[in-house]
Amino acid sequence: MNLGGPIDKLRFLSARSSSRIRSCEERNGYRKSQLIERKLVGRALEPSEKSEQELVQRLKDKDPAAFEIFVRAHAGSMLAVARRIVRDETIAEDCVQEALLSVYRNIEKFEGRSALGSWVHQITVNAALNQLKKQKGRKELSLDPLLPMFDDGSLRVEPRVQVDQTPEDIVGNEKLRKYVLEQIESLPDPFRVVLILRDIEGFSTSEVADFLGDTVAAIKTRLHRARSALKKLLEPIWSEDR
Amino acid sequence: MAAIIRSLRSGCYQNLPGMITCVEFEDFILDYLEGSLPKRQRIIFEIHLAVCRECRDYLTAYKKTIELGKRIFEGTNASVPESVPEDLIAAVLAARSSAE
Ligand SMILES: [Zn+2]
Repeated sequence: MNLGGPIDKLRFLSARSSSRIRSCEERNGYRKSQLIERKLVGRALEPSEKSEQELVQRLKDKDPAAFEIFVRAHAGSMLAVARRIVRDETIAEDCVQEALLSVYRNIEKFEGRSALGSWVHQITVNAALNQLKKQKGRKELSLDPLLPMFDDGSLRVEPRVQVDQTPEDIVGNEKLRKYVLEQIESLPDPFRVVLILRDIEGFSTSEVADFLGDTVAAIKTRLHRARSALKKLLEPIWSEDR
Repeated sequence: MAAIIRSLRSGCYQNLPGMITCVEFEDFILDYLEGSLPKRQRIIFEIHLAVCRECRDYLTAYKKTIELGKRIFEGTNASVPESVPEDLIAAVLAARSSAE
């Protein structure tokens, strides 16, 4: 397989830190590139940005070697994003394939106003949301019993929960970690997707509204309900003697 | 006794100036956490937070839930193979060249 020469590859890897480091940080890798992008305004380009521009130019020139470099650098993070949205390995891979080809076909439209990474992130999310729409409706849990409760006097009814565990403890415990992931997966799709896009993928509320073709107000309401329901579902895990 | 105290508290939240009920507090949570609440509303929100045990506990758990949600996926990424399946890459490259 032609990788476009070792120098090209090296240059590209140093540009994006390395793909290995990226995949260790997949979760927030894209968020970082968005942050970097915001700092870009009004200063000279750094070498890494220059090599990204070069890669984009080569993609625009339809250079197959450049496309392979691009695929190898981005597919890992894209797959992680797609998995979180569609929850199915095969469908996630389909999304990534679709998104990568879409990048290739539409690279002309990439104007470089944002980092390539955040543009690709958006394309991946769109591909995953499209796949999700095609999936058959699954039996979904009702959020109502999980939402905050108030008495007749508008006073909150909130159980006292004993908290012994920190988020670190829970993430470090395989059983608890699995439980948390299952609870997130159990949320109805319209709520789960907003929670994932906003809290996990790090998009702004208005970006999420654009993705889903909804109003900012509607997204805010759904985000709050999703978080509230998840909070309720996770109540048992905070105390040690569950 | 507890019921009487609850009803007194509810009366305070509903009638005293600068006070909000827990239901109104609920509506402010998202904007409060995003830092987009205007100053006056933020002060009112924080007064309620100071006097209401239930809303304080609720908000603490709500914030911990968000934090946990963010961290939990770091774990999933570490447990999946770092590299992308080679057949996926091959399929994408093949699809690209056949699209030419
Ligand atoms: Zn309250």
